[in-house]
Amino acid sequence: MTQAPTDNSNSDLELLAFRIADQEYSVDIMKVREIRGWSPATSLPHAPEYVRGVINLRGAVLPIVDLSARLGMDPIEATSRNVIIVMQLETQTLGVLVDAVSDILTLQKSDIQPPPELANGKASSFISGLTIVEDRMIRVIDLAGVLPETGQAAA
Amino acid sequence: MDPMAEIKASFFVECSELLESLEEGLLQVQGGDTDPETVNAVFRAVHSIKGGAGAFGLDDLVHFAHRFETVLDEVRSDRLAIDADAVLLFLKSADSLSDLVAAARDETPVDEAKNTVVIAELETLMPAGGDTETTDAASDQDLDFAPMTLSLDLPTTDSQMDLDIDQSTDEITDKTPIWAIRFTTEKGLNQSGNEALFLMRALTEMGTVTASCDTSDLPSLKALDPSQTILHWDLTLEADTTQAAIEEVFEFAQGLCTLVITKKESGPAAGEVIDASTLPVLPDLPDLPDLPDLPAPAADTGLPEQPTAESISPAAPKLPASTPTKSAPVAATVRVDLERIDRLVNLVGELVINQAMLSQSLSAQNLTSNPTISTGLDEFQQLTRDIQDSVMAIRAQPVKPLFQRMSRIVREAAHDTHKKVRLVLEGEATEIDKTVIERLADPLTHMIRNAVDHGLEMPEKREQSGKDPEGTIHLRATHRSGRVVIEIQDNGAGINRERVLSIAQSKGLVPTDAVLNDAEIDNLLFMPGFSTATEISNLSGRGVGMDVVKRAIQSLGGRISIQSTPGQGSTFSISLPLTLAVLDGMVIEVSEQTMVVPLSSIVETLTLADAEVQTLDQGTQVVHIRGKFVPLLDLAVEFGYRAPNVIPDDAVVLFISAEDGEPYALVVDTIHEQRQVVIKGLADSYGYVPGVAAATILGDGKIALILDPVDLIARAGSPDTPAALSMAG
Amino acid sequence: MNVLAVDDSRTIRNMVSLALTQAGITSQVAEDGLHGLEVLSQMAPDAIITDINMPRMDGFEFIQEVRKQDAYQGIPILVLTTESAQEMKLRARQAGATGWIVKPFDPAKLVGALRMVTGG
Repeated sequence: MTQAPTDNSNSDLELLAFRIADQEYSVDIMKVREIRGWSPATSLPHAPEYVRGVINLRGAVLPIVDLSARLGMDPIEATSRNVIIVMQLETQTLGVLVDAVSDILTLQKSDIQPPPELANGKASSFISGLTIVEDRMIRVIDLAGVLPETGQAAA
Repeated sequence: MDPMAEIKASFFVECSELLESLEEGLLQVQGGDTDPETVNAVFRAVHSIKGGAGAFGLDDLVHFAHRFETVLDEVRSDRLAIDADAVLLFLKSADSLSDLVAAARDETPVDEAKNTVVIAELETLMPAGGDTETTDAASDQDLDFAPMTLSLDLPTTDSQMDLDIDQSTDEITDKTPIWAIRFTTEKGLNQSGNEALFLMRALTEMGTVTASCDTSDLPSLKALDPSQTILHWDLTLEADTTQAAIEEVFEFAQGLCTLVITKKESGPAAGEVIDASTLPVLPDLPDLPDLPDLPAPAADTGLPEQPTAESISPAAPKLPASTPTKSAPVAATVRVDLERIDRLVNLVGELVINQAMLSQSLSAQNLTSNPTISTGLDEFQQLTRDIQDSVMAIRAQPVKPLFQRMSRIVREAAHDTHKKVRLVLEGEATEIDKTVIERLADPLTHMIRNAVDHGLEMPEKREQSGKDPEGTIHLRATHRSGRVVIEIQDNGAGINRERVLSIAQSKGLVPTDAVLNDAEIDNLLFMPGFSTATEISNLSGRGVGMDVVKRAIQSLGGRISIQSTPGQGSTFSISLPLTLAVLDGMVIEVSEQTMVVPLSSIVETLTLADAEVQTLDQGTQVVHIRGKFVPLLDLAVEFGYRAPNVIPDDAVVLFISAEDGEPYALVVDTIHEQRQVVIKGLADSYGYVPGVAAATILGDGKIALILDPVDLIARAGSPDTPAALSMAG
Repeated sequence: MNVLAVDDSRTIRNMVSLALTQAGITSQVAEDGLHGLEVLSQMAPDAIITDINMPRMDGFEFIQEVRKQDAYQGIPILVLTTESAQEMKLRARQAGATGWIVKPFDPAKLVGALRMVTGG
């Protein structure tokens, strides 16, 4: 859930916007730890398709999620031009693989509309809202649950 | 951090140490220890908890501790003899105390009803008489957060007189009252460390003082003993204060001086002048009121010398290397923030990685043949290893506190299931990394509860089988070939294999026509969904199965196995890596993926060319070695990297031994080298990956997975691995 | 002023040290009577604060041992106690204590009592 400070319902939100294929998405910038270029990940056997593996983030093991695959679209064919957004979720740190980062947006919470009902159940569960910036439709993503925490999915 | 908050946090740490020694002491008493020092130590533990709790205003805790302490005081003063039931009550009280400490620390509510019951039971032990009442009076004072005691124990008539005076004088004058104080030192005052001068000086803080000394009672110089001077001081104090406040200044000198205090008026209407002689002289030592006669102790039951049929445990195990408390030397210790240690552990881990990277790059430059460099590198590696061992030793702690917690679990479980159970601890001094200990608590608790609930039979049934109605659970820790082994062994009925098999079949966990050997049936207990919900008892009705326990152990890089003999009992063995940080590994390659196999699990290696590989009917491959046929697992296929039966010619076979000792062979593409690697857990960052124990960072900075061969073998048979699928198809 | 504080409870030692430090009084601590005697031999305190119930050597014995030493015959010694009963005061006095402080203690009172018995 994109966090807004609880005491002021209409305060500013800062979002990091990025692209996957020709669509734009964004996440709460407060949860972004850093942005890195892609480096090949060590694959994890029997992991779900959207888990690309793990990489070494300054001595820590960072799992990488292919956001495109996770959203139900085609897997990204990663090159050194792709970007990994390192996100700090409540109990996990993980890297999200996307095509490119586009913008940092400052919005009011009121600028974000609720997501439309989608036929494809998968995508809607992560999209927490929509916003329009300069005629671009940007989906706001909530990453909780993007990576099942115990990895039981692998079992 | 605010210093008081820090002290409070440290208090709770101290409480757990005190609770530990409290339990230890009580268990020793239960085991027949009659050394008075043991009981004293028990008393002191509760006393210290009360003392600290009082300082932080933790009233519930103070209240309970006080009741407990009072009874223990009777015991240590030999005014109360105790029997086995009393000791059990004390153990129960210790448990309640522990709960109260936890509630105070976590700021959660207390179980008032339960505490009241325990307190009532404690009080029935108290020798009849006024003791409880006087202690109550004293305790009420203690509970009061008011500062140091003020009042002396003056009989009521005088306070009434005081009142009268105050009333009348207030009507008369507005001037600052003047007090005449005659202060006579007696012998013993100086010896007590008190100084008349200081006492009088303290008066000056209340108001203006003039003093004159009356030496009329001094003996002649010849007979003068300076330490026993008897001097009279006539003091006048001009202060707006009360007689009680003045007396308070001289409080410490009670009995070592005489004080005569008169309130003087300078106004014309003098009011009532109180004749100082009517005020009581502060009681001298011999005049103190007699202490109430203590009643004779309760009927002398004493502690039984022989074990009786009751559930007193005969000769509870003496703790290893236990020295009598009187002569135990105090080891020098330092308290360190756990975070700092963790940081240090991480840094040392990085050091190991760096050392490996250095070795690798030097070797890539072909410099390692230079003897100076190669010696240097070896020394570097040895030093790094030593530092690592030392750092890990810092985090290593004895399992004793963890094991002792199990004592309580056993007590409660036995009580809940109406069984008689004795817990025998062995190897409590064995040391394990602190984080492992913490993560062992839950699995261990479940297993102990299970042992009581399912492992041991009801006392009547045990008797019928000719067993001691009291069941025994052994909880052991040892170091064994580079690992820590923890065993939970019960002398119960063993695993009812028919029942286990039928439950598994009814839950669809195994096909109904499956034929399983004993070991395989035992392992069904670890399957998800197995929990014996069919017999919901007090304990197992919580829906926690052994699969959760197994997963927890695995996430520590450990293994768990069962052995059981019907009618005799079962043993659960947990094998854990000695440290969480570092592993000696064999770096291998599987389909261009670099991986690491723990060296300790490799029994033997062989090149494929030299191995006799044969294919059985269903496509299973085996290696024929020394007369045995050992099943072969192609790791590349297991991990889904490659189709079966495409093994490179120069592949290598690693012989591994499974949990039950059966050999297996793993096929890998290449072996690179043997190396020490730093273990990076996956559990926290990602989760469980089948066949994988952890990850590591190689010299080139890339992540390599560390395999868990035993888990690999265990899963190899499962229907959804690619190997099985392709063979079926 | 320099004080020796003896108590087997780490929490109490911490609290006494804190109270003294905040009042500008230096202190050293020991965890029982025996340890107290050791520490005493390495310092020259102006006063001593001691608990009663301690392992190895309790407060009363400690006070008696201290008073046997010439240098410390008359040193002010305050006992820390959780009871305010007359009986306790008696015993403390018999053992040679100068005065007492009841736990839980008010830091100001502790410091005040120390200042009074040391005259400073």
